[in-house]
Amino acid sequence: MSLPAPLPCLAALVFSCAAALPALAADRPAVLPDTMAQRVIACTSCHAKNQGTDAFFPRISGKPAGYLYNQLVNFRDGRRQYPLMTYMVENLPDAYLREIADYFSNQHLLAPPVQPTTVSQAVLERGRMLVTQGDKAIKVPACIACHGERLTGVAPAIPGLAGLPRDYVNAQFGAWKNNTRRARAPDCMADIANRLSLDDVAAISHWIGARALPADPAPAAAAAIKRPLPLACGSSPDHAP
Amino acid sequence: MKKTFFTVFAALLAVALIAVIIAWPREQFVASASNEATAPTPGNIARGAYLARAGNCMACHTARGGPAYAGGRAMGTPFGALYVPNITPDRDTGIGAWNADDFWRAMHNGKSRDGRLLYPAFPYTNYTKVTRADADALYVFLRSLPAVKQANTAHALRFPYNQQAALAGWRLLYFKPGVFEPVRARSLVWNRGAYLVEGLGHCSACHSSRNAAGAVAAGLGGGLIPTLGWYAPSLESDAEAGLGSWEVPHIVQLLKTGVSPQASVFGPMAEVVARSLQHVSEADVTAMATYLKSLPATNTEAREKATGPQVDQFVAQGKKLYETHCVDCHGADGRGLAPAYPPLAGNRAITMDNPVNAVRIVLNGGFAPGTAANPRPYGMPPYSHLMNDAEVAAVVTYVRASWGNDAPPVNAGEVNRYRSTPLD
Repeated sequence: MSLPAPLPCLAALVFSCAAALPALAADRPAVLPDTMAQRVIACTSCHAKNQGTDAFFPRISGKPAGYLYNQLVNFRDGRRQYPLMTYMVENLPDAYLREIADYFSNQHLLAPPVQPTTVSQAVLERGRMLVTQGDKAIKVPACIACHGERLTGVAPAIPGLAGLPRDYVNAQFGAWKNNTRRARAPDCMADIANRLSLDDVAAISHWIGARALPADPAPAAAAAIKRPLPLACGSSPDHAP
Repeated sequence: MKKTFFTVFAALLAVALIAVIIAWPREQFVASASNEATAPTPGNIARGAYLARAGNCMACHTARGGPAYAGGRAMGTPFGALYVPNITPDRDTGIGAWNADDFWRAMHNGKSRDGRLLYPAFPYTNYTKVTRADADALYVFLRSLPAVKQANTAHALRFPYNQQAALAGWRLLYFKPGVFEPVRARSLVWNRGAYLVEGLGHCSACHSSRNAAGAVAAGLGGGLIPTLGWYAPSLESDAEAGLGSWEVPHIVQLLKTGVSPQASVFGPMAEVVARSLQHVSEADVTAMATYLKSLPATNTEAREKATGPQVDQFVAQGKKLYETHCVDCHGADGRGLAPAYPPLAGNRAITMDNPVNAVRIVLNGGFAPGTAANPRPYGMPPYSHLMNDAEVAAVVTYVRASWGNDAPPVNAGEVNRYRSTPLD
């Protein structure tokens, strides 16, 4: 079977037109994708996939939704201070902030690389001890008492520590000490930060930074940790407010 | 001879004195219509709450994360910082001891309960137009709030701006009490819009230039907002945000939802939409739109398109950056994908003479305000960490000069200045 001569030409014309169309209109989809991924490109531009060890733009994917939501609200209400974040969220409704937090809590990125460390074994041992047992002498509970045995956080609002870059951990302790990072009162982490010396902070951040993220980085279930917490925390209260 | 001199001097003095007496902002008193007007009835409280939204009182009278209406927010001015007072009904630190007449005096005459002259950062130059009935409803609403004990912070103004005498002089020059007078030749809707825009809405506090004494110019001719570093465009000029050529429904859509087919709001206006205008009724926003659309267009000077090899090279560099960073959302044709991604072609926020808003949008990105009609807005990424000053200048220059846009180039120095402008 053969087509009449003009038809192949016409077909070719239609094809070439169709191929040319998107370029003619614009290099973008004709319909806006109705997805969270598209809605939050303002966030992923900084909190991007390949910045797993960037202390400045922390990794937010996979963190518990309640924790992420609390941070968005803290930026909006001035308890955390980073003007660009405050500017981003200050005119967004609570329901949308929750949806954004849920979205990122369900994103799972490749584990960040382990950070090699050159500090002494004694420092690492001090870090391990503080993280896993705490130090009664300075009234600092073990990190794992709240952040979970595997340090992957606890649902719904306690963040994981495993996989956090060293610089990020140091920066947060510094911010708590300087009162530029706060949480809803009682601010347990501010209390703990003020009980730790800078050497202790460095010991903790080096020990955490040198450990690989567990194969299953999901936060533990709420029942995995003992209540009441060693210190009362406004952002993860023992009793529902 | 001496006698003549003395007579002339005395005459001049008398004329000056008469001028001052005539110009002196005399207090006006209008009584409440009845005792019912200031009664704490659910109806009065609801009406007052609505008017407080329309005036966006809470935005200034609440510190970030602090209790509503309890004040404490620092307001930067070129003359020093003002600390916005507590207006909850606490007797000691708020306005719990005030009666409705005291409140009216503050709104209409710009004087505190104790007779102290108020600083016009509290925009009584606008609020003086508010009717006694509306002031009473606001008073009843504020009285219904939980009393918050939070002492006011003293203003930190420099000399001589911290002197009441200086303020008296300012008022002599720039303030005259007077309730809004309806224009008979115009419709009820137009007059309602004018009342809201010129009075409670205090649009001119931003959308007007301020002189060296901080007084706003008449009209809504646009101006750089002091200390915030955003340019509030002229609502009269077709080259800026004049609305003569817009359909009223699109103006209403922009003001109530934050987005429209032609443009989205951002910066301080996003706050105004999120906290105030989205809560104002369709009828009232339509009235405001009707009034704004009717403002006479000011003449705009024709611009000569910048040309030359240097400009061409800069535009070409900007085009490359645009194709890397911007094209996915705004398109190669600059038409965007409204309402999420506003068009850049013909977008006056970009083509206005003053490029500050375009530069700051590229630097900081941002979300359109979340509103009842647009509760999950799309956002634009910040580029401050991805582009240096010259790159931002190039991409803004390209956008300002493409698809029929003909705005002059922007240089790296300007970008640098706006990069360091605080965001909050």
